[in-house]
Amino acid sequence: MSITEYDADRPPEKPRRRGGGGKRRRRGLAEVGMGDGSREGAVVEDVEIERSEQFDSYYGRPVVKAPPWEAPIAVYLFLGGVAGGSGLLAFGAQCTGRPVLRRSARLTALGTVGLGTLALIEDLGRPERFLNMMRTVKVTSPMSLGTWVVGGFASLSGVLGALEVDRLAGEKLPLGALRPLLRAAEGPASLGQVALAPALASYTGALLGNTVVPTWEAGRGHLPYLFASSASLAAGGAAMVTTPVAEAGPARLLAAAGVAGDVASMHLMKESMHPLEREPLETGTPGKLLTWAERLAIAGGVGTLLGGRSRVIAAASGAALLTASALTRFGVLNAGLESVKDPRRVIEPQKARLAARRAAGISDDAITTAG
Amino acid sequence: MSLLAGPEGPSAEAGWDHDHERKGFFTDTSICIGCKACEVACKEWNRNPIDGNLEILGSSYDNTGELGANTWRHVAFVEQGQERIEEARESGRKLVSLGMPGIGPKSSGPRGATPAGDLSDVDRTPPDTPEFRWLMSSDVCKHCTNAGCLDVCPTGAIFRSEYGSVVVQQDVCNGCGTCVSACPFGVIERRDDGTVSPFAVREEEDPRRNTASKCTLCYDRLVDGEQPACSATCPTQSITFGDHPDLTADAKQRVADLHERGMTEARLYGANPKDGVGGTGSVFLLLDEPEVYGLPPDPQVPTKSLPKLYARTGLAAAGMVAAVALSFLGARR
Repeated sequence: MSITEYDADRPPEKPRRRGGGGKRRRRGLAEVGMGDGSREGAVVEDVEIERSEQFDSYYGRPVVKAPPWEAPIAVYLFLGGVAGGSGLLAFGAQCTGRPVLRRSARLTALGTVGLGTLALIEDLGRPERFLNMMRTVKVTSPMSLGTWVVGGFASLSGVLGALEVDRLAGEKLPLGALRPLLRAAEGPASLGQVALAPALASYTGALLGNTVVPTWEAGRGHLPYLFASSASLAAGGAAMVTTPVAEAGPARLLAAAGVAGDVASMHLMKESMHPLEREPLETGTPGKLLTWAERLAIAGGVGTLLGGRSRVIAAASGAALLTASALTRFGVLNAGLESVKDPRRVIEPQKARLAARRAAGISDDAITTAG
Repeated sequence: MSLLAGPEGPSAEAGWDHDHERKGFFTDTSICIGCKACEVACKEWNRNPIDGNLEILGSSYDNTGELGANTWRHVAFVEQGQERIEEARESGRKLVSLGMPGIGPKSSGPRGATPAGDLSDVDRTPPDTPEFRWLMSSDVCKHCTNAGCLDVCPTGAIFRSEYGSVVVQQDVCNGCGTCVSACPFGVIERRDDGTVSPFAVREEEDPRRNTASKCTLCYDRLVDGEQPACSATCPTQSITFGDHPDLTADAKQRVADLHERGMTEARLYGANPKDGVGGTGSVFLLLDEPEVYGLPPDPQVPTKSLPKLYARTGLAAAGMVAAVALSFLGARR
């Protein structure tokens, strides 16, 4: 870029490096020769000042930050979905007299919600302060409401799980006076579990949607559907793995419905997004995870419908569906974390929506004003 | 869509007896000289550790990078040529004006008052270099009227102070990180480096380790009747602290003055209570589009669309219940 007319007399320069893609070059002092103090290094010699030709971001640095959520959160998203779906299956099995399905669904619900809670606590910065979540109930915070849902569901699942284990063990657990109490609690506990289950399976969509992380923000309208579908297919798959085919009929239907919902809502979600917001879902590692999630979901769904009455095919399809759900959660989480790295994913859609409001005649709600 | 804080002001809406005016910053980037005294004062007062390892980022004089858990003031440096100056001037001309507010006498003193003596002969035109300019801007937490971080905090660790600012209680925060993803400005962050000074061995542990961390508007200084460290130290009055209504009035006056001198690139950022965050406590005067400084052009607090999102979540949950019910009805024994 020419700054003054005299610049034209300068010898040609090598093209300047552009700071695209959020990459930046960091140089330690040791690298430029001052680390040991023995000689004075040329501190600025090799530093190229980036003068962007286009002022579309601040040196390609992110505008918003990704939450410090790592693999445990993806694991929790998956396990919470399985737990919620299993809670619903357990209630249905109880009502329709399918004792094996009821038992396996209740035990799955207890196991997954327990492990999921541990994963949630593990990802906290200060796990020892986990109980601070219980200081308040906050409607504006999906995390707060979700904590109460998880806590309630886990407690009720504990009661129901203990009952099932006791029955499995031929009522030989040393429960003593607790046994009649647990039995009396079975009805209310299963009602409570089935009331909280759908919330547990779908609230995580609101948790991710209620952020400014570009890909999640753009997916707001579809994430709850995607996650509820993913939970359905995963819970159906889990029941197909753990339950004999004679009782797993409802699980197979639920899994098939979940696959249809999962594939459809993922496609609708992608279509509704700005291309820059969609990109992380289709490229890189998250893109690969989501591609395999879709393949496995479809394969599992086809296996369920065609060969679900064979124990082996049912178990294999169930495993494929569980894997598909886990991959979906990892893919969506990582796509979001990836999406903040490029500031254009924040800036371009925001400029577009601002311009759209302008075009619609709304001109008084911009953050930038001329006085 | 009604939000949690409206035109009454955030501290009144948060239930405080209103004996404090809302406080805030006005950062006038047109007189920032990029000395970074605000960064230093902030680090010293709040005992914040350094970010990185004394590295050169290759972005003009900015070797700080961005706001974060340990950096609560960040001075941005942008170098621009003549072409871009013209573009900025043009884009500023197109912006909508909020109009000058009619307000009563100010409680704070006049800012930028001229020195005493006869100055009638002095040329007071600001020195200008038409073919090149250096944008310098000290960024800080916006202390939004509708703060995303505060809304989503599940522990209640983040609260609205009586001054209208948004503050984290470090001893309550359990580091869940939800607030980080809810800030449209990328300000708040979890402090994962537990040390105050990475070059010294410290016996004591940082009590703020692994908790969310951001500018407090120097809450500890405000309760003692002091102003924040950054504005107290700013040598050019680029950062001014005061009552929010006065500051926005000053800001509007300043933009009008600059426009009169032909500097139509001047614009306000955060002074509009109708914007996506209900207006900010920290108002900025910028000389180019916000994204040039790393600020979002149209920030929206996520809470604004949360009712709709909850409705969809409820619908998804209901759909799932229906799917399970139909599965049991449709399954053959």
